[in-house]
Formats: sequence, structure tokens, C-alpha cells
Amino acid sequence: MQHTVSVIVENEFGVLSRVVGLFSGRGFNIDSLSVAPTIDESLSRITIVTRGDEAILEQITKQLNKLVDVIKVLDFTDGSAVERELALIKVTAEDENRAEVLRIVDIFRANIVDVTPKSYTIEATGAPAKINAILELLRPLGLKELTRTGAVAIGRGAKGWKG
Amino acid sequence: MKMNGARILLEALKREGVDLVFGYPGGTVINIYDELMNVREIRHILPRHEQGGTHAADGYARATGKVGVAIATSGPGATNTITGIATAYMDSVPMVIITGQVPTPLIGNDAFQEVDMIGITRPITKHSFLIRDVKDITTIVRKAFYIANSGRPGPVLIDFPKDIQISQTEFKWPETIDIRGYKPNLGGHPRQIEKAMKMIFASRRPVIYAGGGVIAANAAEDLTTLARTLKIPVTTTLMGLGAFPENDSLSLKMLGMHGSYSANMAITDADLVLAVGARFDDRVTGKIATFAPNAKIIHIDVDPTSIRKNVRVDLPIVGDTKDVLMKMVAETERHKKAVTDLHENLAVWHEELKGWKEKHPLAYKNSNSVIKPQYVIEKLRELSDDDAIMATDVGQHQMWVAQFFDFTIPRTLLTSGGLGTMGYGLPAAMGAQAACPKRQVLCVCGDGGVQMNIQEMATLVQNRLPVKIIILNNNFLGMVRQWQELFFDKRYSQTCMEMPIDFVKLAEAYGAKGLKAEKPADVEKVIKEGLEHNGPVIMEFKIAREEKVLPMVPAGASLNEMVLNA
Repeated sequence: MQHTVSVIVENEFGVLSRVVGLFSGRGFNIDSLSVAPTIDESLSRITIVTRGDEAILEQITKQLNKLVDVIKVLDFTDGSAVERELALIKVTAEDENRAEVLRIVDIFRANIVDVTPKSYTIEATGAPAKINAILELLRPLGLKELTRTGAVAIGRGAKGWKG
Repeated sequence: MKMNGARILLEALKREGVDLVFGYPGGTVINIYDELMNVREIRHILPRHEQGGTHAADGYARATGKVGVAIATSGPGATNTITGIATAYMDSVPMVIITGQVPTPLIGNDAFQEVDMIGITRPITKHSFLIRDVKDITTIVRKAFYIANSGRPGPVLIDFPKDIQISQTEFKWPETIDIRGYKPNLGGHPRQIEKAMKMIFASRRPVIYAGGGVIAANAAEDLTTLARTLKIPVTTTLMGLGAFPENDSLSLKMLGMHGSYSANMAITDADLVLAVGARFDDRVTGKIATFAPNAKIIHIDVDPTSIRKNVRVDLPIVGDTKDVLMKMVAETERHKKAVTDLHENLAVWHEELKGWKEKHPLAYKNSNSVIKPQYVIEKLRELSDDDAIMATDVGQHQMWVAQFFDFTIPRTLLTSGGLGTMGYGLPAAMGAQAACPKRQVLCVCGDGGVQMNIQEMATLVQNRLPVKIIILNNNFLGMVRQWQELFFDKRYSQTCMEMPIDFVKLAEAYGAKGLKAEKPADVEKVIKEGLEHNGPVIMEFKIAREEKVLPMVPAGASLNEMVLNA
């Protein structure tokens, strides 16, 4: 089962390698990862999408908490968070395809951020499932290049982390 | 007053109460060594290899409970400490390792003797620091010592670039420190403890399974009080030897792969296992699915990651084992009636345990013609001081020590339990002897492992550290040979050490005393003479070459599937 975990860490040299090294050293999966500072510049927020059963997730949470540079671990598995991801998608856009791409972009409320006679670059945001969906529709039209940020998550309402 | 970074480091070590460090000079720590000449309060021992120095700091820490300190230069000096750091990490030993680093502007340039120590040691340290500003030194040292010796102890690395050792600033000691991401949970939750007591009082076949966490938390006395008050039998792990007196009638001795029959049967038949400061290692549990199949498990540990890592746990109690055990002892005083009832309820269990102990005690067949290793260990126990400190290497001799030395006092066994480091014993004994000059320090090794750090003989002699080294020599890498005999059709691939070494001459070459016993009749005489000698000694015992460590639970088998005779 997939889990989204937010890890609040010291915004210091080497912290990311401690977190990532923990995952590789203990055989935990990373499906996606994103990192950036929080409101408090001394802290960073790492969002990791991982997978495993309940026992594995318990170990992941505990092992992360054990790292000296980790301040807080938030597990958003239970749907208590809003999740979003951004993707930049370069697609082939020639002749009759150009209109179809535009229609898909419109349906997904995505944007075209770069245009050439032969391609469009699309900026799409949404829950990871939505990104997967737009990719499925664009694939037959000719995907040229893809870059995804990985999911970020924030707790709904009072849930989450102050900062 | 302004000082340079090297001096600030040493002043900070003094503030942390450091009186002894083990270190090896080199290009990127030369400034520290220069300042060391001005700091008389810190004694320095020069090992002959950085691995020896790191194990010595580990032995110092295990014997005293204080933080052991090792220093090495950058590059190869630093990488030579790796096995020592990993050994300490696996056994939760508090250490601070200070490595020199190339000057900050050169980091990352593949400079001479540069290695990314923070990167290399990330999975084998509790935490690590790269000093980037001379003003940070005192805070980093303070944090390093606090992290190393609080919660679940462990090694902490400080990587110290040379340019910062030369930079100057005022010495400012932080009176308090706050690490927002590190707050070990030490107080056991009272409601969990209450629940635990209820489960204990309701049990009929309880066993206490105690590990190194009891010793690390200085909780052996509390464990002993609890076990005796409740009359619950105690088995310990290798790391837990000394946490409960093995001459007590409640002791089942060690459990696991080479544990006693009674301990392994008790765990298998128990209805309640009280695990204290132990982590359900594979050498302890055997096949995990059949470990304590009928028991509810209560697990007390200061490290939450140890709980439910390997086995299901019915009642977790996160906290310092000493705190939790003290609270449990207090509970027994509040529930006198329940304690008396428990005693009655356990009568049948005690009969059964007695039966197992009598049926298959830890035993061996002695011989008049060839020296049995177990006999050497028994004689050593008989003739050595009660509070003697015993260091071992890893392998058969280590298990014979665990089975036959009868530990009664915590911090008297220094052994690499988790990592299983050959070559650990001699330098660890050296560190313990330096820490405890008045105690008898013994080191039992095999002929394989002793050669892995034999160079430290020179350090023993130079520093007048009278460690008594006992080599059980079978000219084999005995434990691997035993596996080859039992599981690989006696195909002794690369385990015969046929090249005979004259250990007596070797001892003498280093300026130590060398003794040798080749017949059972000589054993007692050699041990006596060795122990009485006022300096380092090697006592070599030519033992039965193919003696095996038994009982043995084959890897992957259940604890009750012990091989008793093979």
C-alpha cells in the first residue's frame, strides 16, 4: 500500500542523505521525494511517497524519528491531507494532434507553457492520480519528455504541522 | 582568551570529563597533537593501528559506562576506524570519534588523504558532525557527548577540518544545549507498567529475557531485584551476560543459537516473555515464526525502533530500562498479595525448569590427554578475580566463554555481539585495562582473531597494561570449521591455519611474557602463573582441534530444535 509521509527536518547540510540513506540501507521504497524549506527557513520539509504494509510503515516512521535531524514525521496515509504534484510534459503536437492536445489540456485545467511548431510543453498540477490520468491520455499522441516533482502534501484543517 | 580550534577541542573534552583518549597522529590532526602537549589532564594512548584505538575506546566505554574517545587523522587513519565504529554502533556503545579532515576549501577536491567520513559513517553512527566554524566546536562537542551517551547509546563522529583547528576564537562553553530533533523518551508510561504487572501476575510460565540494554542503563541491580521478588527465571542474551548473576538459581543462562537447553525450552514453552533491553536478534530467536509461540510478549526498550522490528509485541513499554524496572519493583511492593499468589502459581513452572536444567546442563566431556577449551574457561573462572573483566574475540572461544565463565557482574564482559568483529578482544581489553588499572583484565581469543590486532601487544607493553591474553589455539578458524563440519560435509575450505605460530616467542618479541600449555595437567599451572605475572601475558592453550560449541540451534531452525550432541 502507498503512503505519503512528510518529514520535517533541520535545513542543514547532509540531512537529505541521512533520510535517503535510511531508506536504501533498510530496504524501504521511495516512489517519489520532494524537498524544500518551510516558512521557518531553518527547517526543510521532505515529502516521501513510499510503499509497504503497516509493520513496514511503523518501522519507517520510527526509524525517521530516530534521526537526530528529524523534528517531526507526519503520516498522511489516512486521507487526512491534500496532495498535489506538478508535471512538465512535452508532447508531440503536429497537424491534427495539436487540437486534441489542447482539448485534453483544457479538460485537466493544465497550461501550455512552451510552444514550438512540433511540440507543446504542458504544465499540469493535481493529485498524483490526476497526473497519471492526463499522461495516459497524452501517451498515444506522443510523449516526448516528462518531469514530475513528486507529491507534496499538507494536512487538512488543523491536521499537520505549524510552520 | 582566544584559542585555536585544536585547543578548544581539547578544553571541551576536559569539560566533558575526558581523562583518556586513544589516538593516532597524522597530517590533519597534527595541530591537536601539538596542543595535547599543553593539556596535561588528558592522557593519550597511542595504539599501533587506528582500529585498535577505536576498539580500545569501545572497551573503555563498556567497562566504565563513560564515553570512549578515539582520534584519527583523515583518509586512511579515518577509514581504519570504521570497523571499530560499526562494532560500537551494533552494540550501542557510547563513543566519540574525532577524525581530522582536509582544510575546508579543499573538501571535495580529492585532496591528499581526503575521504568523506560523514558519508562513509552515516549508517554506522548515531549521529555525525562536520565542524565548519571554529565558534561551533564547543556546542558540537557538547552535543556529541550528549547524543552518544543518552537514550540508546552509540558512536558519534566529529569530522574536524585542519583549517578550523588553526582558526582562533574565544572559548565559550554552552551551559545547556537543546537539540529539537532529539528527545529520548526515558520515563516508562505508568499505565503501560500497570498493564505489564497485571500480565505478569496472571502468568503461569513467565520468563525474563534480558539484553545489553539492561547493562547500558546500569539497571542490572533493578532487574535482579525484580526477578528475585517475583521469582521469575531470567535468561540473557550474549550482550546481557552480567545483567543477572548466573550463579543464581533463577538463572537459565544464555539463550539462542548456543544458549542453554533450559533457556531455549523455557522461551518455547513460556506463556509470558518479559523482554528487557533486548532486540530479538536472529541469533537469539532462531526461526521467528516459532519463537515463544505461546507467549504474550512485553517489550521494554529505550529505542522505539527495536519494538516490533522482528516480532509481534503485545505490550510495548518505551523508556529507560532502569526507570521502568524501578517502577515495576515499586509496583511489586504495592501488590504484596499478588506477588505471593504468583509464587504459588509458579511452583509447577519451577519444577519444569529444574527438570530441563538437570536433563541437559551446559556440559562437555573432559579429557586427560587433550585440553578441552571449556575446561580452560572453567579454570579461568575459578582462578581469576570475581570482578575480572573479560574481553573476547568472535567465534567458538567467545561462545565457550559465554557458556562457562558464569558472569555475575555487569560490565565484566566485553564482546562484539552485534557486528561479530574478530580482532576486537585484544584492543578492547587494552581500553578496559587503561580505564580500570586495578582490575584484572582477561582476553580470551582464538588463534585466528588474535592475529587481527596482534600489533596492540606493543601498546600493552609500552603502557604497562597487564592484560592477560588467553589463546585457545586449535589451528582452525573454529566456528566456520564447525559449520563446515555440520553443514558442508566436512569440506574445510580455507579454515585450517596450518602455519604454526610460536605465540610464546611472539609475546617475548613484544617484551611480554609467553606461556604455553599442551596437556590438561598444565592448564592450571599456566593460568596461575599467567595471572600472577605483573604485566601483559600471552597464555597459549593447544586445545582439542575439532571441539564443537554445543548445544547449537542451526541457522533458521526453531529454538527447541537444538543439536545437543554431534
